[in-house]
Amino acid sequence: MGLLEAIIISVIAASTPLLLAAAGELVVERSGVLNLGSEGMMIMGAACGFAGAWLTGSTFIGALFGIAAGCALSLVFATLTLGLAVNQVAAGLALTILGVGLSGLIGAGFVGEKIVPAPHLYLPVLTDLPVVGKILFGQDGFVYFSVALVAAIWWFLYHTRAGLVLRAVGDSHTSAHALGYPVLKIRLLAVLFGGGCAGLGGAFLPLAYTPFFIPGMTAGRGWIALALVVFSSWMPGRLAAGAYLFGAVTILQLHAQAFGLGIPSQLMTALPYLATVIVLVLISRARGSAGSVAPASLGIVFVPDR
Amino acid sequence: MKKLMMTAAAAAVAIVATGFSATAAEKLKVGFIYLGPVGDLGWTYMHEVGRQALVKELGDKIETTYLENVSEGPDSERSIEQLARTGHQLIFTTSFGYMDPTLKVAKKYPKIKFEHATGFKSAPNMGTYSGRFYEGRYIQGVIAGKMSKKGVLGYIASFPIPEVISGINATILGAQTVNPDIKLKVIWVNTWFDPGKEADAAKALADQGADVIMQHTDSPAAMQVAAQRGIYAFGQDSDMIKFGPKTQLTAIVNNWGPYYIRATKAALDGSWKAGDTWDGLKEKMVLMAPYTNMPDDVKALAQKTEAAIVGGTLHPFKCPVLGQDGKAVECKGGANLDPGQILGMNFYVKGVDDKIPGK
Repeated sequence: MGLLEAIIISVIAASTPLLLAAAGELVVERSGVLNLGSEGMMIMGAACGFAGAWLTGSTFIGALFGIAAGCALSLVFATLTLGLAVNQVAAGLALTILGVGLSGLIGAGFVGEKIVPAPHLYLPVLTDLPVVGKILFGQDGFVYFSVALVAAIWWFLYHTRAGLVLRAVGDSHTSAHALGYPVLKIRLLAVLFGGGCAGLGGAFLPLAYTPFFIPGMTAGRGWIALALVVFSSWMPGRLAAGAYLFGAVTILQLHAQAFGLGIPSQLMTALPYLATVIVLVLISRARGSAGSVAPASLGIVFVPDR
Repeated sequence: MKKLMMTAAAAAVAIVATGFSATAAEKLKVGFIYLGPVGDLGWTYMHEVGRQALVKELGDKIETTYLENVSEGPDSERSIEQLARTGHQLIFTTSFGYMDPTLKVAKKYPKIKFEHATGFKSAPNMGTYSGRFYEGRYIQGVIAGKMSKKGVLGYIASFPIPEVISGINATILGAQTVNPDIKLKVIWVNTWFDPGKEADAAKALADQGADVIMQHTDSPAAMQVAAQRGIYAFGQDSDMIKFGPKTQLTAIVNNWGPYYIRATKAALDGSWKAGDTWDGLKEKMVLMAPYTNMPDDVKALAQKTEAAIVGGTLHPFKCPVLGQDGKAVECKGGANLDPGQILGMNFYVKGVDDKIPGK
C-alpha cells in the first residue's frame, strides 16, 4: 500500500463521523431548528453503539443502537424546544451536557472491552486494483452510507416537494403555517433525523475508527460538525467538501510532522480549522451568496397561534 | 465560540460529577482534580486507581471527592476552589496545567494543603509530586532500538512541556545505546486525549515506516493501530496488554497509591509539609508492565537496564548529554544532569529529528 493511498484512506475515515453528524444537522437547521446538542448525541451514539455491538457481536446492530440513542436524545430536545417552546440554544447546550454525562454512565461498564471493528468491503479484482482499489471498494459500510446520505439529502432538499416544504418551514414558519403545513411536525421529523445521523456518526468512532469505548471519545467532533454546517452555508455539496477538506488537512498535518518539516505543531493543529473556514468562505463569496444564506427562521421559537 | 461552549460543557460536567463523597463528621476530606474521565484507561484512570488504594487503606479516617474532566488552565481554578470551599483539607491536582491555578487557590486558602502533580511551582501549603517517568522511557528506548527492524521509531507527543520532552530524549538515548543510527519521528497532537486523533497519528507514523510506536497521550488507540498493522507499541500510564496481546512490549505504569497514602497519613498526624517528591522505579512510583512479545535476549537486556536504574548505576541523563547541535549540554549535576535540568527540560538531544514546537 503506497503512502498516498494510506493517507487518502485515513482522510476518509477521519471525515466520515463529521460528515454523518453534519449532514443530519444540516437538515435540522434547514427546517429552522438550531440543535447545538450534536456532541451529546454523538457521544450517546458512541456509547450505545458500542454497547449494542458488544452485546450482539454485530456492527450493524451496534449502528442501529447508535441511531436509536441519537434519536432518543433528540426527542428530549424536540420535547423542550418544539413542545414547550424553550430557547433552542440553551436546550441544545443542555443536551450536550446530558449526553456526555449519560454516555459516561452507560459506557462505564464497557470501558476496557473490545469488539471486532466494522468489516470492510472486499470485491475480488476491484478491491485489489492498484491505488484506487482500496479507496473505492475497500471501505466499511459507514463510509458508503455517509456519501449516499449526503447525496440523498441533496436530492431531497432540491428535487422533492417534501424538501421544498421543509425549506419553506425553515425560511418562514409563519408563512408555512398559514399555508397549512404542520410546522412543528415537520420540525420534529427533522430533529429526529438529525439525532439519528449524529448518533450514527458517534457510533462510527467505537465501531470502526478505534474499536473500544472511552467516555468523551468524540472529543469535540460534534462542535466541528456544527461549524461545518454554518460554513457550508447550509448546502449539502459544500458540506461534503468541507468535511473532507477538514479531514484531509487534519491527516496531512500529522504526516507533515512525521516527515519532520519543522513547522510549529500548534500552527499545524490549527490548520484544519483555518483551511476549512477560509476555503468555504471563499467558495461562498465566489458564488456571490455570502450574505444571509441561513434559513431565515433558524433558531426562532415557533408557537402556532391556532 | 466553540471553545467557549466546550469549556462551559466541561465545567458543567465537572460540577455534575461532584458529590461522590459520603457524609460523616470528623473525617479528613481529601479532594482530587482529574483531567480526563476516570475511565480513560490512562493518566486519569491511574490517579483514580491511586485514590481507590487510598480509600481502601484509610477509608475509616477520610472521605474523598473527585472532579473529573476538568480542563487545564484558568478554568480549573474554579473547580479547585470549589473543593477548597467545601471543606476539603487536602487537595491533589493531578495534571501539569493545573499548576498556576493551584498556586493561586493555595495562596487564597493558606490553611488547606495542596499537592500538585508534575509541576515545578510550590508554596508553603502546596507541595509537588511526580514520577521519574523518563526512567521507564529509557528502558522503552532500549527495547524499541532492539525490536525495530527498520530503525524508525514513532512517537506521539501531546504538549511541548518538559515532562514530554524529557521522555522523548530518554527514549532516543536508550535506543541509541543499542542502535546508534536509530531514527525517531515525532508527531505533536496538541491534546492529551482524543482517541481518534491518536489513532490517526499512529497510522501516519506507521505509514511513514515507523515499526515501534510509543505515545505520551492517554488512550489505547495507538496500541490498537499498531496491533492492526502488526507492529509493536508500548502502553502508556497503565498496562494496556488487553488492547494488544501480541503488540505491547511493556508499559510505564504510574503507581500513585503509595504516595497518596503517605501524604494523607502525614496530613492526618499533622506532619505534612509541602514537599517536592520525585520518585522513580526504585521507589516504585513508576513500574514497568511485564516485558512481553520480545526475544529472551531483549527481555534480559531490558531487565538488566531496569535493575541498573533501580540500583543507581545507570542514569538516563548521564553526562555528557549532547544537544541537537552535537554540543554537550552544561552539566549542573556533576555526573548527571541535575533534577532541575530534567524537570525543566526544553531542548532535544542529538538524534531527534524534530523541532520543539514554539522554539
